[in-house]
Order: sequence, then C-alpha cells, then structure tokens
Amino acid sequence: MKRLQVRVSRLFGDLLLQSMAILVLALALMALTALLVDVVADGWGRLSWSFLTSFPSRRAADAGIYPALVGTVWVITLTAVLAVPIGIAAAIYLEEYGKSGRLSRLIEVNISNLAGVPSIIYGLLGLALFVRMLGLGRSVIAGAATLALLVLPVVILSTREALRAVPPSIREASLALGATKWQTIWFQVLPIAMPGVLTGLILALSRAIGETAPLITIGALTYVPFAPDSLWSPFTVLPIQIFNWLSRPQEAFAQNASAGIIVLLLVLLGMNAVAIVLRDRYQRRRG
Amino acid sequence: MTDAAKRAGRDRFRRRAEFVIERALFLSAVGSVLITGGIIAVLVVETIAFFKEVSVLEFLTGTEWTPLFSEKRFGVLPLVAGTALVSAIAMTVALPAGLLSAIYLSEYAPDQVRRTLKPMLEILAGVPTVVYGYFALLFVTPLLQQFIPGLAGFNALAPGLVMGIMILPLVSSLSEDALHAVPTGLREAALALGSTRMQTTLRVVVPAAFSGISASFILGVSRAIGETMIVAVAAGQQPRLTANPLVPVETMTAYIVQVSLGDTPGGTLEYRTIFAVGMLLFAMTFALNLVSNWLRRRFREQYS
Repeated sequence: MKRLQVRVSRLFGDLLLQSMAILVLALALMALTALLVDVVADGWGRLSWSFLTSFPSRRAADAGIYPALVGTVWVITLTAVLAVPIGIAAAIYLEEYGKSGRLSRLIEVNISNLAGVPSIIYGLLGLALFVRMLGLGRSVIAGAATLALLVLPVVILSTREALRAVPPSIREASLALGATKWQTIWFQVLPIAMPGVLTGLILALSRAIGETAPLITIGALTYVPFAPDSLWSPFTVLPIQIFNWLSRPQEAFAQNASAGIIVLLLVLLGMNAVAIVLRDRYQRRRG
Repeated sequence: MTDAAKRAGRDRFRRRAEFVIERALFLSAVGSVLITGGIIAVLVVETIAFFKEVSVLEFLTGTEWTPLFSEKRFGVLPLVAGTALVSAIAMTVALPAGLLSAIYLSEYAPDQVRRTLKPMLEILAGVPTVVYGYFALLFVTPLLQQFIPGLAGFNALAPGLVMGIMILPLVSSLSEDALHAVPTGLREAALALGSTRMQTTLRVVVPAAFSGISASFILGVSRAIGETMIVAVAAGQQPRLTANPLVPVETMTAYIVQVSLGDTPGGTLEYRTIFAVGMLLFAMTFALNLVSNWLRRRFREQYS
C-alpha cells in the first residue's frame, strides 16, 4: 500500500504541481484578457477625435479628455526634468564612488525603503511641502515635484542596475590610459549603460503616468474646463479624469472612463514598446 | 609658461573638477535621505498637532470613525479593519498563486515558456491601479453578484481579488529570484538521492529559499496595505468595523482620497486626520519593508 502511494505520488505529483501552476497563470492571464476586452468593448465606441479634443462636460456624450491629456504631458515632462538628472547623479555616486562606507549603506537601505513607500504618502508630503509650505498651490509644478520624488527611487535603482552591467574591465582600461574617474564615467561607462538607463527611465515615467492617488492628495482638480498653460496652472491628468468619471453613477460616464482607459493604455503601450526596443538593442550589443 | 607648468595647471584644474563633480553627485545621493526625512517630518508635525486635539488612545482604540460628520469620532479601527480585510483577501490570492507560479517558472517551465510568460506577468504589474479599480467595480463586482446575491455594489471582495491579481507578479518575480538563487548543487544532490522533481522542489529548494520567499510575501502585504485607487473606486466610503467582505468598507488610503477630493483648508482638524492616518499607514508599511529587506539581505548572504 505504502509503496503504491509512493509510486502514485511520483507519477502524479509533478503533474499535479505543474498543472496547478499553469492553471493559476492561465487564470491571471484570463483576468488580464477580460480586463482588456471589457475596456475595449465598453469604450471603443466613444473613442473619436472629438473625445481627444473636447473639454469635460456635464453631458457625458460631449465630454472629452483634452485638458487631462495636456495636463498629463505637462506633468510627466516636468517630472522627467526634475527627477532624471538627480536620479542618475545619485545612481552614479552610489555605484561608482561610494561603494563602501556606512553613509552609502544608509543611503542604499533608505532608497530601497523609499521604493516601497505607498504612493499616497508622497501625496501627503507634496501637499504639506509643495502646496502649503512652499506656496506652489495646486499647480502643475507642485504635481510634477511630487511625482518626481515618487519616481526618484525607481530611477536610482534602475540606473544603478544598468551601470552595474558595464564590465569593470572597461573602467580599468580607461583608467589605465590615464583618464580620470569622471572622464571614465562620462566617456566610457555612461554611453555603454545608456540603453539600460533609458529603459529604466521610461518604465519609471510610465509608472508616473498611471499614478492617481498622490495627485488627488495634493488636490489636482477633478473638473478642469481649461488646459494648463503654465507651471502655475491648476491641472488634471488622465487617470484622475478616469477616476472622476468612474465615481459617477451614470452608465454613459462609465463609458467615457473606458474610452479614457483605452487612451491611457495606448500611451503606456507606446512607451513600453520603446523600452523593449531599447532593451533588445542593449542585449544584442552586449552579445 | 613652460609645458610642464601648463600641464601642472591643467592637472590641478582636473583634480578640482573631479572633486566638485564627486561632491555634486554625493549631494544628489544624500537628497534621497532628505525625502525620507521630509516624509517623516511632515507626518510627525501634523500628527502631533492632531493629537493635541484628539487623544492617542481614542484614535488607536476607538471603533467609530466619523470626522466628517457633525458628531465627530476619531477611532481609526474601522479604517484599519477595512484595510486589513481587503489586504487579507488580496493576499489569499497573491501568495499561493505567486508562489506556485514562481515554482513553475523557476523549476519546471522550459526556457521558451518562461520567456513568454514573464513579460505577460510584467504587463499585469504595469497596469495603472485606477484601471484595476474600473475592473473591480464594473466587471468583477457584477460578475460576482450573479453568484453571491448579497454582494453590495461597493464591497471588499472584488477589490481584494483584483488587488491580488495586481500583486501576484510582484510576489511571483521576487519568489522566483529567491528560488533561482538556490545553488544547483542542492537540487542535484536531492535528485541523486532518488527524489522526484516535486520532492526536490517542495522539500529542498523551497525551504532553502524560505527567507527570500517570505521577503516577497511581506513586500506583497505592504503593497496591499498601501494600495489606493482600487479600493477608492470599488470598496466604498463607509468606515465600518467588520470582517464581512460583502458590504462597503473604507480603507485608510481610501479615506485620504475621500478627504482630498473635498476642498479641505489647511490647519483644520479634518485636514490633520489624513496625516494621522497617513502616519499610521507609513509606520505599518515602513516596518514591513524593513523586515522584508532584512530577510532578503540575509538570504543573499546565505548563498553568495
């Protein structure tokens, strides 16, 4: 009896484990498919040029996402301007200069902890620091600064990874030829790491595009009848517009939300496609 | 000026430039510590101001949360219960499913399959959370209502399940890293002693990767607690102390969103409640992240 049990478990154990795992993965992917199909089925009919170029309206059929789209472009561009240079600089320091020492270790632990802080907490920081204390109000610049803090740890982590992938022999060769440390980093290490760095940046920014909670917390408006035209304008972004439509009970607004989601997903898809192409090139070059 | 002097001058300039650059880079790196400092300072200052008007004891043990009503009560437990309920549902999905798929991807899947499945899971992780909120509210809830007649339009169940799907890739990829880091020698030894692949996996590889796997679990819990938009869209805005997943609840994060949507002037007690709730949220996730990092580091040291 015992032996039979053993034999059965040998025969079926692996099979069972594998089929359960495949089932789980299939369910997850089915959920993803259901999500996409549902969104497209609901929203496709609402997509049109005027949906992209109209202002929000009390009548669902007239409403569009123009201010939200422009707001997203403003906020994300500024976020990149603020977060990218600092993020890359910090990553270079941690990876190339401060490899040892208690301070670097502290910074490292701190960054990985920051990456796990819920995004809404960054919203509270932005609300108290940028909106109130620095008096920036509920403006584009306050929103971008908040998102910059949010993506900074992600930028630092991914840039470090890209720098780490550059073989040390390249640094050694450059140093041996008499280049200084910074010359080595600027002329040798960074160009090689660049595709990896860019991939990380794009992924970090596409995370920022989808962020809703911190911007709601700093008080980005949910109804904006105009597009932002300066750093100090009030603004809304695409995910907040979607959220706004979702929180209304009428079916027609839910349809608008689906159409907005399609646009948001297409933007993200585009960015990720660029990231994948870059990663591909990167891997091919490294051979 | 002689050539030698010129060269010496240039060298000096270079050395100085190197020094300045290093300082500048260093400052950027230190800036990240300032973010943490800023978060803690902001939360602490507003929370202290909050506790001047509301007792700590009432906040932490009170069972009614009605700061927006005329009869104000500041017991945070209903919000904590809402958060715990939704997170628990999410983790019942994400933990077993994440571990199982990690085991499959690391120990069983052929290379080709792994290379197609992993990017797909990454897509799941990259979907904006407000989109998941839409999914929970307008797809999963109506679907579940066909099987569970008592399910309210806003509830903890649907957002919990959807959140589980969202967290699955995180748990799966971190657990897979942990399994992957287990030396092949251990597997070979187990197989050589006559174990099947499953026995090797479940009795050797998984226990060997235990601290790495638990790190991924804890990080998943932390992510669930801090997740905002799914619950803000689909779980409702009714703080209540319940373990019933079928009725509307409110989480800590959803409360912060609810207050932020109204135009709350700074300095009022209402305004401060979101910082007090934020402080609690931050403390919880921070503690979990520290434990998770510590476990992961310990795991890495074990095998390298």
